[in-house]
Amino acid sequence: MSAAPVPVTSDVDDPSIRAPLVLGRQNFATVSDSVSTIVERKAPKTWFLLLGLALSILAILGGSLVDLVWKGVGRWGNNHPVGWAWDITGFVFWIGIGHAGTLISAILFLFRQKWRTSINRAAEAMTIFAVMAAGIYPAFHVGRVWLLYWVFPFPNQMSVWPNFKSPLLWDVFAVSTYATVSILFWFVGLVPDLATLRDRATTRTRQIVFGIFALGWRGSHRHWLNYERAYMILAGLSTPLVLSVHTIVSFDFAVSVMPGWHTTIFPPYFVAGAVFSGFAMVLTLMIIVRKAFGLEHLLTKRHLENMCKIILATGSMVGYAYAMEFFIAWYSGNDYERYAFVNRAFGPYKWAYWTMVSCNVICPQLFWFKKIRTSIPAIFVISIFVNIGMWFERFVIIVTSLHRDFIPSSWGYFRPTLIDISTFFGTFGLFLTMFLLFLKFLPSIAISEVKGVMPAADPHHHDDRHEAHEGLTGGTGNEDHHESDPEAVHA
Amino acid sequence: MNRGRFLFPKWSNHAATVVALLVLGGGTSAGAALSYYGTQKHLEVGYQPTQPVDYSHKLHAGELGMDCRYCHSTVERSAFAAVPPTQTCMNCHARVKTDSVKLLPVRESWANDTPIKWVRVHNLPDYVYFDHSAHLAAGVGCSTCHGRVDQMPKVTQTQPLTMGWCLECHRDPGPNLRKPDEITKMDWVASTEQAANHEGKAANGRKVAPPTHCSGCHR
Repeated sequence: MSAAPVPVTSDVDDPSIRAPLVLGRQNFATVSDSVSTIVERKAPKTWFLLLGLALSILAILGGSLVDLVWKGVGRWGNNHPVGWAWDITGFVFWIGIGHAGTLISAILFLFRQKWRTSINRAAEAMTIFAVMAAGIYPAFHVGRVWLLYWVFPFPNQMSVWPNFKSPLLWDVFAVSTYATVSILFWFVGLVPDLATLRDRATTRTRQIVFGIFALGWRGSHRHWLNYERAYMILAGLSTPLVLSVHTIVSFDFAVSVMPGWHTTIFPPYFVAGAVFSGFAMVLTLMIIVRKAFGLEHLLTKRHLENMCKIILATGSMVGYAYAMEFFIAWYSGNDYERYAFVNRAFGPYKWAYWTMVSCNVICPQLFWFKKIRTSIPAIFVISIFVNIGMWFERFVIIVTSLHRDFIPSSWGYFRPTLIDISTFFGTFGLFLTMFLLFLKFLPSIAISEVKGVMPAADPHHHDDRHEAHEGLTGGTGNEDHHESDPEAVHA
Repeated sequence: MNRGRFLFPKWSNHAATVVALLVLGGGTSAGAALSYYGTQKHLEVGYQPTQPVDYSHKLHAGELGMDCRYCHSTVERSAFAAVPPTQTCMNCHARVKTDSVKLLPVRESWANDTPIKWVRVHNLPDYVYFDHSAHLAAGVGCSTCHGRVDQMPKVTQTQPLTMGWCLECHRDPGPNLRKPDEITKMDWVASTEQAANHEGKAANGRKVAPPTHCSGCHR
């Protein structure tokens, strides 16, 4: 590698050359600067504009939920025979979105995929906000949201105890564990960067606030050693969660005896779909963020291209699962199962089914072409199509399986109410508000980790470019440390 | 060493202890306050409201030996065990103790044709369906839920009336089932074989299967 010329762009076709993860004449100080100034500068007008928009959408969510609680769950359109509709669709949609964050932060970390460093922070934040948005649906579907704590097993005067045979209870544990571990993982990763912000802070308030959240970080060897260990342990804890959370969400359906739901392919199919949709959302957001905050040198085309490849892989898995569901329905010889699937593709919801297939199966196949997966407008459009397709996937699974009950007299057709639509629309307000606040008040790219993948962090200083080593001593205590012990930065 | 780097000052070493103590102390007092002030009075054993008439069940049901059903006449036929109208009191008190001071509110009620505002002691929430007649038909007697009313000068709640308490019996009704003629017997105690009756057989041999599912009571 040392002899090879180092390219200045990330469009490298020669596999013997490893495309750089940070572009341009960058050193540790400029990386710190380009991420920290987003937090330190006054936010641009567009940010305020977007925040205002997000807050108004959030207000729609608030209004819908007040209406729902005040008048009852009947304000949503789900009713016999479609007892689960947009609410659970929205729940699974958002939970799925979160999975990219966990995959990037945990699995890609354990597999030493260094390109994760530029996207993991924002993707983890997205995970947390997506879980928050997801939680709204089951929480409000119980009807009396103030009694939500009944979902947990605790001794009480009513002798009420949750049903441990129900996948809905497993969901409670899966999702709450997922939320807890994701928040912890995110926070632990933030600590060195919060210390950087603290050290750069010019006002006393910022110093104290960042100082408290930086947990007294001084960047000593012992700190880095403990930090790396904690990060590794949390990555280990999160890894099974990537698989388990959506597996258990799929059990909500697979454990029942509904034709169209009762299939063993659901867990892997749901997990692949979740990662698929999550990466699509990361792409949608990061394409905007890198442009808006001028982070193209840290979030390079190589990052985007890698994510496109993951979308291509998981999209193909999802397509395979759709085909396999049909095959098994035919192969099972079960009339009801066959009927459920034929009805899914050619029944009254065929419009939803074929929207799903076009968005999820056909669209991502375009990423086989390098031209498309390196064209930012194309990636952006396809990522949005994938998001739409994955929402439709959950809608198709839930609604088409339910609307034709075993008895033809109880067949029906689900139509969303205004409150259904405004609740779902409103959760985007919650998600966007949180994400915009995150972008403004926290480092949206993991500064310390990105430094670890720069040539200057190479302990043998193989990189011939002198500029890579410039400015190493000009930063804060954190940065000094990187030079002396780069192994600890990114073990 | 850097521009005003903020690290935790020395006193903050104690911050965790202080916060823990505050949380523990605050939590304990908040819990105690909530359980003292926040508990529903109808879930409280020992709830003993003052009634508009100083009526003694001890005298009427205990010493005089009146049957419960003389006043609470609908208990065997209806969901609700009727609280007697003033007429029931006057059946006797038109002639007995006609000049008693204690009975003044009763005579006023009678003369003015206005009901006495008895204060309800045993009260279940509105979302609970409860039927007295079903319980009596199965062989559950008065004293099982209401205690020794014949010894109460002033009626007191003796059982918690919580859902858990209801379910205790619904899950194993046998030991509480009596013969039909013992329903109002105040000093009834389960015989040894009755106490071991976990099959839920009523006195007539019929199997009693009270609901334990949600919509049994929350209809």
